[in-house]
Amino acid sequence: MPFEWFVALRYLREGRAQTALILAAVSVGVSVIVFLSALINGLQTNLIKQTLGFQPHVTLVPHEILARPLASLASRSALASPSATSPAPADATAPATATTIERSPQRLRSIERWQTVLAQVERVPGVLAASPAVSGPAFATRGGAEKAVVLRGVDPERFLAIIDVRAKLVAGRFLVAGDGVVIGAGLAELLGVRLGDKLRLGAPDGGGAGEGRETREAMVTVTGIFDLGNKEVNDRWALVSLRQAQTLFDLPGGASTIELKVAEVFDAERVAGDVAELTGLEANSWMKLNAQLLVGLRSQDSSKYMIQFFVVIAVTLGIASVLIVSVVQKSREIGILRAVGTASGRVLRVFLIQGGVVGVLGSIVGSGLGTLFSLFFERLASNPDGSPTFPVDLNLGLYASASLLATGIGLVAAVIPARRAARLEPADAIRYG
Amino acid sequence: MADAPAVLRVEKVVKEFGDHVITRVLHGIDLELRAGELAALIGPSGSGKSTLLNLIGLLDRPTSGRVIIDGHDTTGLDDTALTGFRGRTLGFIFQFHHLLPAFTATENVMMPAYAGRGFPTKAMRARARELLGEVGLGDRVDAPVTDLSGGQQQRVAVARALAHDPSLVLADEPTGNLDTESANEVFELMRRFNRERGTTFLVVTHDPRISARCDHVLEIVDGRLTEQADANDAGAKG
Repeated sequence: MPFEWFVALRYLREGRAQTALILAAVSVGVSVIVFLSALINGLQTNLIKQTLGFQPHVTLVPHEILARPLASLASRSALASPSATSPAPADATAPATATTIERSPQRLRSIERWQTVLAQVERVPGVLAASPAVSGPAFATRGGAEKAVVLRGVDPERFLAIIDVRAKLVAGRFLVAGDGVVIGAGLAELLGVRLGDKLRLGAPDGGGAGEGRETREAMVTVTGIFDLGNKEVNDRWALVSLRQAQTLFDLPGGASTIELKVAEVFDAERVAGDVAELTGLEANSWMKLNAQLLVGLRSQDSSKYMIQFFVVIAVTLGIASVLIVSVVQKSREIGILRAVGTASGRVLRVFLIQGGVVGVLGSIVGSGLGTLFSLFFERLASNPDGSPTFPVDLNLGLYASASLLATGIGLVAAVIPARRAARLEPADAIRYG
Repeated sequence: MADAPAVLRVEKVVKEFGDHVITRVLHGIDLELRAGELAALIGPSGSGKSTLLNLIGLLDRPTSGRVIIDGHDTTGLDDTALTGFRGRTLGFIFQFHHLLPAFTATENVMMPAYAGRGFPTKAMRARARELLGEVGLGDRVDAPVTDLSGGQQQRVAVARALAHDPSLVLADEPTGNLDTESANEVFELMRRFNRERGTTFLVVTHDPRISARCDHVLEIVDGRLTEQADANDAGAKG
């Protein structure tokens, strides 16, 4: 065994009480970091999972139709502009005309050549699945009950790759072919329907509100009921075949959106940018649509890092102070080692190794303790469906980062004592140590 | 012995302490030890014995003058080179043995060679055990040094000082903390190694019975080497 390791390990063994003290400090610190990270990561993962349980990662839609003023009106409005940089009127005596450009009503429109776009976006790096859909407002009636719904026409296999409704069925099957409809548990309850019951779905022609529009209707049969864990979705969603929705919304052969699933959920914004540039369509990532959620997650991260920072500081100071005491206690021995020919670099490494070893051992013990705390906490409370109220996310990355951090802390904390030991003058250390 | 090569030459060594108020402890010391000598360094407390020993042991640097060991002028060596040179060339025996309590007798004896090389070898261990046998501790080689008596610990210290075959062994009152019998045993060990192996010893002592048995006595008073007498003269004085 190399000299430095031999001496360092022997000193750790010799000073059992001090070693135990440092080890306890590191272990407690690591266990707090592991526990806290597992808890916060678990909550965040669960939150994101719940959010993305009913949302595609990226949604492609056609750009809104913007009302454009006619050329003559445009020049008049330029005349009417109060801006100082506006060009001077050609004719100062001409009357100014104030114009208001109203936002045009958005009729449900199909993505042009959506099949080509679908094939294009499927090849974009990071895209796992793509699914066309026709989605718009509609209403569902049964007997006297009528509810506004979000009617979504989907290609079943493609859609399930985006949102796995099949795994969330509480009754029936995911069968949207023909006149089949799969609805949320809340909607089923509001309408009082069960599997096999008939529903009337109605959609205004073109899917948008507007006067004088006809309503297209269809009778459908409830083939499945799902619970996606979100009240809004459970109360409003009705899933039918793409063809059924195309008929109801009068979009023959069309698709109003293309929905994507990406490999890395936090990569969705980048993928959305790539896809928008490629297709010229408007691409909205889940991150953009849930900006508030992301702010909340970042705040949680900040709190986590803040707590970790103070734990790290406390543990570092603890290790450093115990090692400094150890150096003071061993001054004479260090002087003897130096006198018999031990280079100062070797003395330095003896104490660095002690810090590192304590860090590694502390990370192992601390990871174990942190895991036990986490699992205990997870079992403390559970939701009605049996899932834990406080889910924890324990993974190899967490253990690896905690171990690296603890070892780093051990080494950094040992630097000052080690340098102090290495700088001891052997004659003084032997005489006064 | 007069024809033997010089193991140690100290030339005009001056040592001063202090930054503002300067205290000169050694005033131009000159001395020479030849291979195979066993010399005593005597003098009253505060005369500069330990300071001189630290300079010869390369544990401190002179303000001026030169310390030449085995023909090598150590003046220009940096700390790393000085440490390496010290580890290879010098052996130390301290008054309070100064063994490392966390280690066994064998490990303590191996320590200078182990620290110098960085890795242990079978030869190191065998040599340490052999030396412990020679100092009468063959049955305690694996004992923690804290389990040994004061006399036994000092014998381990003698073995440690000799483990790497140093050119010069510096002993700072090696018997000062021992009873008469143990002190006699330890000195006899040094004398035996000196005669049998030709190891050169410089022994700082207050004990006239020890200095009387040395080949050569150096006396230091007020930082000046005032006298170099043979052992019989010193013994007569003591």
